[in-house]
Amino acid sequence: MDFHVIDDLKKLLGADSVLHRPEELLLYEYDGSVELARPNCVVFPRNTKDVVGIVQIANRHQTPIVGRGAGTGLSGGALARQGGILIVFSRMNRILAIDAENQRATVQPGVVNADVSVAVAHLGLHFAPDPSSQRASTIGGNVSENSGGPHTLAYGVTTNHVLSLEVVLPTGEVVRLGSPALDSPGYDLDGLFVGSEGTLALVTEITVKLTRNPEAVKTLLAIFDTVDDATETVVDITARGITPAACEMLDGWTIRAVEAYVHAGFPVDCAAVLLLEVDGLREAVEQQAEDIADVCRVHRAREVRVARDESERALLWKGRKNAFGAVGRLSPTYYVQDGVIPRTKLPATLRRITEIGTKYGFEIGNIFHAGDGNLHPIILFDAREEEQFRRAVASADEIIGFCIEMGGSITGEHGVGMEKDRLMPLLFTEDDLNLMRRIRDAFNPAGLLNPGKIFPTTKGCGEIHVRPLPVAGASRA
Amino acid sequence: MSTAGATVGSRLADIVGPQHVITDPAHLAAFAVNNKKPSAAVRPQSTAEIADVVKFAVNEQLAVIATGARTKLEMGLPPRQYDIALDMTRLDRVVAYDPGDLTLSVEAGIPLHKLGGILAEHRQFLPLGAPYQSQTTIGGTIASGVDSPLRQLYGTARDYLLGMEFVTGEGVVAKSGGRVVKNVTGYDIHKLMIGALGTLGVVTRINFKTFPMPAASRAFVANFQTVERACGMRNRVSQSPLAPMTVEVFSPGVADLFSSEAAARIEPNPTPENLISGSRWSFTMGFSGNENALKRYETDLRKLAEECGAVDVTILDGPQIGPAFARKREFIPIALSSSPAATILKISVLPTKMAEVLTAAARAAETNHLPWVAMARGVGVIYFAMLPTERNEETKRQSAQASNQILDACAALGGQGSIPWCPTEWKDVLKVWGPGRADFAEMKKLKSVFDPRGVLSPGRFVGGI
Repeated sequence: MDFHVIDDLKKLLGADSVLHRPEELLLYEYDGSVELARPNCVVFPRNTKDVVGIVQIANRHQTPIVGRGAGTGLSGGALARQGGILIVFSRMNRILAIDAENQRATVQPGVVNADVSVAVAHLGLHFAPDPSSQRASTIGGNVSENSGGPHTLAYGVTTNHVLSLEVVLPTGEVVRLGSPALDSPGYDLDGLFVGSEGTLALVTEITVKLTRNPEAVKTLLAIFDTVDDATETVVDITARGITPAACEMLDGWTIRAVEAYVHAGFPVDCAAVLLLEVDGLREAVEQQAEDIADVCRVHRAREVRVARDESERALLWKGRKNAFGAVGRLSPTYYVQDGVIPRTKLPATLRRITEIGTKYGFEIGNIFHAGDGNLHPIILFDAREEEQFRRAVASADEIIGFCIEMGGSITGEHGVGMEKDRLMPLLFTEDDLNLMRRIRDAFNPAGLLNPGKIFPTTKGCGEIHVRPLPVAGASRA
Repeated sequence: MSTAGATVGSRLADIVGPQHVITDPAHLAAFAVNNKKPSAAVRPQSTAEIADVVKFAVNEQLAVIATGARTKLEMGLPPRQYDIALDMTRLDRVVAYDPGDLTLSVEAGIPLHKLGGILAEHRQFLPLGAPYQSQTTIGGTIASGVDSPLRQLYGTARDYLLGMEFVTGEGVVAKSGGRVVKNVTGYDIHKLMIGALGTLGVVTRINFKTFPMPAASRAFVANFQTVERACGMRNRVSQSPLAPMTVEVFSPGVADLFSSEAAARIEPNPTPENLISGSRWSFTMGFSGNENALKRYETDLRKLAEECGAVDVTILDGPQIGPAFARKREFIPIALSSSPAATILKISVLPTKMAEVLTAAARAAETNHLPWVAMARGVGVIYFAMLPTERNEETKRQSAQASNQILDACAALGGQGSIPWCPTEWKDVLKVWGPGRADFAEMKKLKSVFDPRGVLSPGRFVGGI
């Protein structure tokens, strides 16, 4: 990188806010995905003004800029694919305002998701989107990717909880979109910008809705001897019009990995468990829990356990939320997919995933948001062997292809990023993609903001570009 | 028929067939938007035909407005140009309905009530309890951005819309989203189409998440002497564990409105006598659940009402609920038909500011000698209707002055306001879209992407977009 850029950035932010030596940059060349891309420098703004200054410098030197929160993303969204300046928001981590009566909070993008809920817990409130990464991932990252999580089944994903954004456009202009009051007259710009994967603007302030904690919560663990019984249960719960707050599935393979690490009390000899939660008024929760337990038993659940207290409940959730960490102990690298299918297609899809695993010679674990049909097959492989990497990607593509065949989507909550851009033509026509490109170009005319994301860089699909990953950074459990 | 009209008509006939083109001025009056009549109306039956009509309009520099049941065409500013009405009502098919997945894909011209019937067979529904329920199409409901009392629990269309197909202002067919309930693939363009009055695209197909019908439901009404107390009740409920389906606070005067002939025309079934009072502010709430939950709601609500100083309370059950809910839902059409010059402001504030903004609005209306009524949704969205008995220069001046005062008061409280409904000939003076917006430049950028030639509903949207 041009040394003038680094000098300008140091002048703007101070030397302690700019990293550029190769050994410093190593930490920032990866995220939670299997992708790698090294920025030319990393900067840490403290406020919106700093961000504007960085954008102006980038414009002056025609250098790419990429925003990044905690780097927990699973699609390469926060990687500097074409190098340039990586803007890490970890120092913009203040909760600016909490309005308990109106259930709003205004935060900087670097605030960690779980910290919002912690900050408002004494008010009986929480921030509903709860990605498994919530103890590390930031609200800014959640907004960029429109993150989900187990409880989004009943409460909605990030976009359903964002009211207003302050953004810095790639031109350096600061604009406020939406309003803490509802229904701003005009186009729903918030709706467009949330989930735009950092390609339209850098988010510098977010006003979110806070959700009242339910009066009662019941968490159930239903244990099954076959995967089919578990998936059929999910189909039936949906068909009967029961909407649990969460409905997660772990298959036997994943359970064994989790138990060895977390000791959450999952039975290691079963084929699958469903982790189900209902919440709301005491009077409603009792009955919903019974209704759900009945459906589980109809589908031959070996046992339905109900968490007796908060500590049992917390332990079950710890097992779920640490599952990826547990899997990381088993393999140097794993590859998590994020396909979505209509929920009635769960049994067929899970069977297909098993077949695909056998075909490519991988163990594929499944731990996912069953209630909304959002799969997370985990493919274990060793990235140090190029051939394995190639096979892992091929098997993942086959799973995604099946999801699309079922009427589904390639990503439910992780984003397209640089991981699935080549798959976009499987869902969208050239006209669809061109319109989306033109929207991007309207806000990001020089293409300096997060280049190489979402949109396929070459025409045609199915072509897989594989390059071996260096060993460093390959294991990220 | 004018020659220009005839030429346009014959060219359009090539696209949709002659029997689906209207050029007779008498019939075209029904397609007028803010007194402006098109020179032709067409009834396409497919997305491809719509794309061809738009391409034709682009080539001929004509302007197109998509219409459904034509119940809300008066919203927004008068169109700058209007040549072709695109009647969407032949696109009225259910493309796919998967009750087991709770997903639905429909064409935009399907009437809402017809859809309701189809979903009800599977004990499901869409929480789009929008006004003009017996006539309106799904496309019109989405494009106009009207809301529903059910937003208290279910949110607005943006919360359960999964994807969309549309035709851009260049006649290109495009889509966004999908048909699964969770999806982050590509930009959420479909959200932009909600409430855009057709200025970005002609919406042809819409995918929704459907919902299981709630168990038994009831409604609660409590009357209060002051707006502060009625809104106070709203605040207490929002801090309680209760999860209402609907919450509305009604001003004094709504009682008369709801028992008027205008109301009876729109919803013939009466509500119980003295349910809400002509001199009180009423807090109303719908809720659902099993028998035990319903009892709990009743007990808690009675206690809260007493603590908040309610004058009286009523619980509605069974057949009483429908007519009461219908009046909430149809507040706007009822208000519009009760005055020759109704002006309805939509005001959004943080919920705890509602009493304050309602007080300011009432003062503004009264200072300007205008009768008024208001419906305030629990989420902080208020419909404030000024209902003069005459339509003349004097009431125009009064309504403009009062509207400005209300918009100012709303802005001072950090809120937003607009005037979705008022007489067309008043729109030169009234601030239809409220005060200017900081993000207007970004809106213009979007318009230039979707409709660079200004073919779609030109001039009707914010800032004359």
